[in-house]
Amino acid sequence: MALLEIQGLSKAFGGLRAINGLDITVDEGEVVSVIGPNGAGKTTFFNLVTGMESPDEGSIVFGGQELVGLRPNQILQLGMARTFQNVRLFPAMTVMENVMVGQHSRTKAGLLGAILKTPSQRREEREIEERSKEVLSFFGTRLAGYRHDELSMTLSYANRRRLEIARAMATNPRLLLLDEPTAGMNPRETIELTELIGQLRSERAYTIVLIEHDMQVVRNVSDRVVVLDHGVKLTEGSYDEVSTNEKVIEAYLGRPAELGA
Amino acid sequence: MTEAATVDARPVRRAARITPVSIFLWALRIAALAIILYGSYLSISSGRLSAAQWRDLFVFGISTGSVYALIALGYTMVYGVLRFINFAHGEVFMVGAMMAFYVANALATTTLWTSSPVVSLLIVLVAAMATSTSVAVIVERIAYRPLRGAPRLIPLITSIGASFTIQYLVRGLVGPSTKAFPRMEQLRGTTEILGVVILKSQVVVIVAALVMMAGLYLFVERTRTGKSMRAVSEDPETAALMGIDVDRTIVKVFAIGGAMAGVAGALWGLVFPSLNFFSGFLPGIKAFTSAVLGGIGNIVGAMLGGVSLGIFESVGPSLVLAGYEIPAFSQLKDVVAYAALVLVLIFRPTGILGERLAQERT
Amino acid sequence: MRRAVKLGLAGGAAMVLVAAIGMVAAFQARMLIDPILPLGTFFLYLVAFIFGWMASKPPVTLEGFEPARAGIRNVLAGAMAGALGGLCVGLLLIVMTTWDLRGVFIALSPELAEILSFGLPVAAAIPVIALVAGAAGALGGAVHLLSPRLRRAVLSALAWVLVFSLFTDIFGQAFTALRLEFLVDFIYTGRGGALTIVGAIVVFAVFFVLYWWMSGRTNTLRQRVQSMPRGQRSRWQIGAAVIILVVLYFVPKIMGPFVSQILVTAGIYLLMALGLNIVVGYAGLLDLGYVAFFAVGAYTTAILTSPQSPAFSPELSVVASIPFVMIAAAVAGILVATPVIRMRGDYLAIVTLGFGEIARILLNSEWLAPYFGGAQGITNIPDLQIGPLTFSTPQDYFYPVFLFVLFAAYVTYALQNSRWGRAWMAMREDESVAEAMGVNIVTAKLSAFVVGAILASFGGSLFASQIGSVFPHTFDIVVSITVLVIIIVGGMGSVPGVALGAIVLIVLPNLLREFSEYQFLFYGVLLIVMMLNRPEGFIPSKRRAQELHSEEMAQDAWLEIYGEKGQPEQVPEGAV
Repeated sequence: MALLEIQGLSKAFGGLRAINGLDITVDEGEVVSVIGPNGAGKTTFFNLVTGMESPDEGSIVFGGQELVGLRPNQILQLGMARTFQNVRLFPAMTVMENVMVGQHSRTKAGLLGAILKTPSQRREEREIEERSKEVLSFFGTRLAGYRHDELSMTLSYANRRRLEIARAMATNPRLLLLDEPTAGMNPRETIELTELIGQLRSERAYTIVLIEHDMQVVRNVSDRVVVLDHGVKLTEGSYDEVSTNEKVIEAYLGRPAELGA
Repeated sequence: MTEAATVDARPVRRAARITPVSIFLWALRIAALAIILYGSYLSISSGRLSAAQWRDLFVFGISTGSVYALIALGYTMVYGVLRFINFAHGEVFMVGAMMAFYVANALATTTLWTSSPVVSLLIVLVAAMATSTSVAVIVERIAYRPLRGAPRLIPLITSIGASFTIQYLVRGLVGPSTKAFPRMEQLRGTTEILGVVILKSQVVVIVAALVMMAGLYLFVERTRTGKSMRAVSEDPETAALMGIDVDRTIVKVFAIGGAMAGVAGALWGLVFPSLNFFSGFLPGIKAFTSAVLGGIGNIVGAMLGGVSLGIFESVGPSLVLAGYEIPAFSQLKDVVAYAALVLVLIFRPTGILGERLAQERT
Repeated sequence: MRRAVKLGLAGGAAMVLVAAIGMVAAFQARMLIDPILPLGTFFLYLVAFIFGWMASKPPVTLEGFEPARAGIRNVLAGAMAGALGGLCVGLLLIVMTTWDLRGVFIALSPELAEILSFGLPVAAAIPVIALVAGAAGALGGAVHLLSPRLRRAVLSALAWVLVFSLFTDIFGQAFTALRLEFLVDFIYTGRGGALTIVGAIVVFAVFFVLYWWMSGRTNTLRQRVQSMPRGQRSRWQIGAAVIILVVLYFVPKIMGPFVSQILVTAGIYLLMALGLNIVVGYAGLLDLGYVAFFAVGAYTTAILTSPQSPAFSPELSVVASIPFVMIAAAVAGILVATPVIRMRGDYLAIVTLGFGEIARILLNSEWLAPYFGGAQGITNIPDLQIGPLTFSTPQDYFYPVFLFVLFAAYVTYALQNSRWGRAWMAMREDESVAEAMGVNIVTAKLSAFVVGAILASFGGSLFASQIGSVFPHTFDIVVSITVLVIIIVGGMGSVPGVALGAIVLIVLPNLLREFSEYQFLFYGVLLIVMMLNRPEGFIPSKRRAQELHSEEMAQDAWLEIYGEKGQPEQVPEGAV
């Protein structure tokens, strides 16, 4: 059964139809890339799926559960976490704390527990810390121990992106939504991240949906590619199928006639 | 447009969901509505006030409301360009009123006061405008300009500091005593307009406020400066790229807001002839409420909001509170303004004419 | 150069204002150093000093450029700014001696003219004023010449001279209680008198040497304690705590009822500040109606304990009322928080302010007088009794207040590194991302308000039983603002900073009567200055210092936050 099943999804901002009758299915264990020219509605699509915006129409079913109408934190609870195109960490919190916040929904200590320092609260706090370290260790030396107590705003750009992925991983998701994970990275970092996405699937068994502009990355990681344009799905298929599709080329480059004009 | 909307679109509207919070808010709305309607029913059916008395309350509400509207313009314009609540604006108004008091007091000892009231009123107005404008501009220069681009709560806290500073500077300069605005013989008594008997002073206030607001509206809509103001409030960075001097435009916004507050200060003296260093606080809050009521960032909205709040405030206690036979209900007059603020933000955060700025996410 | 002129004129305006609002004349009665330096004159020329310092501040140096070396130019710029300021004061002197402006500006009295002119005729006074102000400005400029270590020692020692000369009563009392009367006679002109010149020099010298010797050594001490084996370290820490507690035990006994009363007031404010710190500092919700929760605590205790309570008077003991106080505060917190949950930061501020004012007006109203006593309030609230102990004098109340403050500080620390503490901070940084990362925003906001409300209500409860009565006019908006100023000056999120903030901002104006007149003016100016210069407060928590002063990083981060489109909506609201 499909992990994520989207049908007839629509969203308009004023007169602009950002997403228009979109159907997308993602199977368990897949890596799906969503590509499309600027303004195609890719980020809106992520916002709708994660509940940060609510759709005008359509249904989003995740693991058999309808998501439309749920708040973002409830959706996250069901096992879906995302990163942001323009990296939205908690800048004045440390690297460690950023990841620890990710586990908020998986833990349950209350205020009284924290004030009374009950044994269960202390145990949970220790577990949160261990799990955070474990998640950070996935990034090797990039987010190694000495960085844990640095404020996240002091990290380099690429490290911020990594930390954002770590924060999403800490929420124990089944599905990971990555919004342009390689944007602003240099070629070496891009290659590193491409490998990392592979590891995310092979070692951690996440299902991954990513928005990506870098076609190298798309080719290397995706099982399937979905092309959006003006809020409509143009086509989908393997990278090779999509990259030779005429409609796709047209959407990216414009019609040949327009090119001349 | 396409780019802006899709790349990082702000949430517009979320489908209604039933949560404890929404239930609470709905209960609050229904309760507020029921209390208001039932109270009005009780007091109207009791026939305690005659039609003429209701009308007087209305007219009084319109005249105080037009003063609120003038102050509200300053809040709304500053919010429009800088997206922060200039808490010190009530004090800008108070300083103008103070100046108006001293000038009027000096004039009242001369023959000019009685021989040509229009000229003396104009002098008072100009003095108040000049004072308020300079204070507004100085505050902008010292306290707000260095904070461009800072997180939004920082200028808000600064403006609270500015508000206290101005209040207590004025207190130190002129003392804590309450001052009585001098009366003008020609403004005593009533006049009749369209068959309605109105206090002369209220006529002056309403007419002056209308003239100022019409002038401001034309200024913002027609002149180059007005256009650059609107451009800056739309998008400061693009405006800067288009060759608009953003800093200067912002100073102008503060200056105009200050001038309006100065006029309001002078007119205030005609309606409520008592004044001290703390007199700016409440009108400031009420004017802010008016701005929110009308839709913050919207100039016409500020005018509508001011007048509506003035009417609520003057009619409301007699209409709603008196219905429940609450003793000394006029004590609760100021609660009306605060309650209006809370209710507007719960019922219709966009205000009468505004865009959705009060709530980030619904 | 232009900068010096500009700042000189600004400084002149500030000096004229200081004189014209009556500060100089009001402060003149207090002699700092007998017989040469009264507080009024000192304050006037302190302004010149500060502006001199500002005028000669070297410009920001870009990375990779050699910073301009401080030199005689700094002194000159400072002197010039100061002298210009002095000339402005001279101008004021001419104006006020020529015309009588007291009809408008009540403070421009002949006494003020006398003080400003040093008793000289106006024509002779002006050059003298300009000279003195110029010298003060030059001194301000000269500060830049000192090496950091020397500067720290000099300024700290000067500050201590000021402390010794301002708080002669306290030092007199403390020294007498400690049987050190000879010290009083040595440095003061008598008990409660001003510092003598010799005394001032001695104090300066002692502290100068102390700071000079200490600089660089406190850190090593701290490191030594840190590097100790665990058992030894905790023994050290326990030892330090015991010493502090013993000292605190004797504080009210030594200080007497007057100072103890002030300390109790400061403690109650501190309790509120720690509560507000959770709401504003942790969760980023600017609550301007915080006084309402203080009122809830005070009135709940009053109603439950006082026999005079108009409608309902179970005459409980104060201790028995505490659980009800907590419940009432929690309910009030939820009632205030629920309508504002979806409101943006600045609207939340104004609406909470509205709630605070509504509470005060309702408590004051005749309508609810049958329940709350209206303007007459509720009197006859009994003293606090715990078992056999009765607390009645301010000295007695010092201890329970201190205990509550300790508890609040502990809660602050405990919550900082907890699941909800992190959730609050995440919400402060970016609400929508926090929600997308699984934080339930509704619960987070409600709980922050409830915790803050309960801490404030404790303050209210203690206040009511200590004063013995509650009146609505006590619960004014200025209380909320005062608490806000305390946490901002103290540095949000830092407990020692907030404590220092409460002490400075509450104790100072209460101890020095002439300051209380200008208390709120100081608060206002402090808020502006803090926000412009050091938004993280004087004793920042490490986190905030790092956050707000790592400049390029911060710029980089702001660019991120603002995105390409400059959408201020994404600015973390709480990054104040």
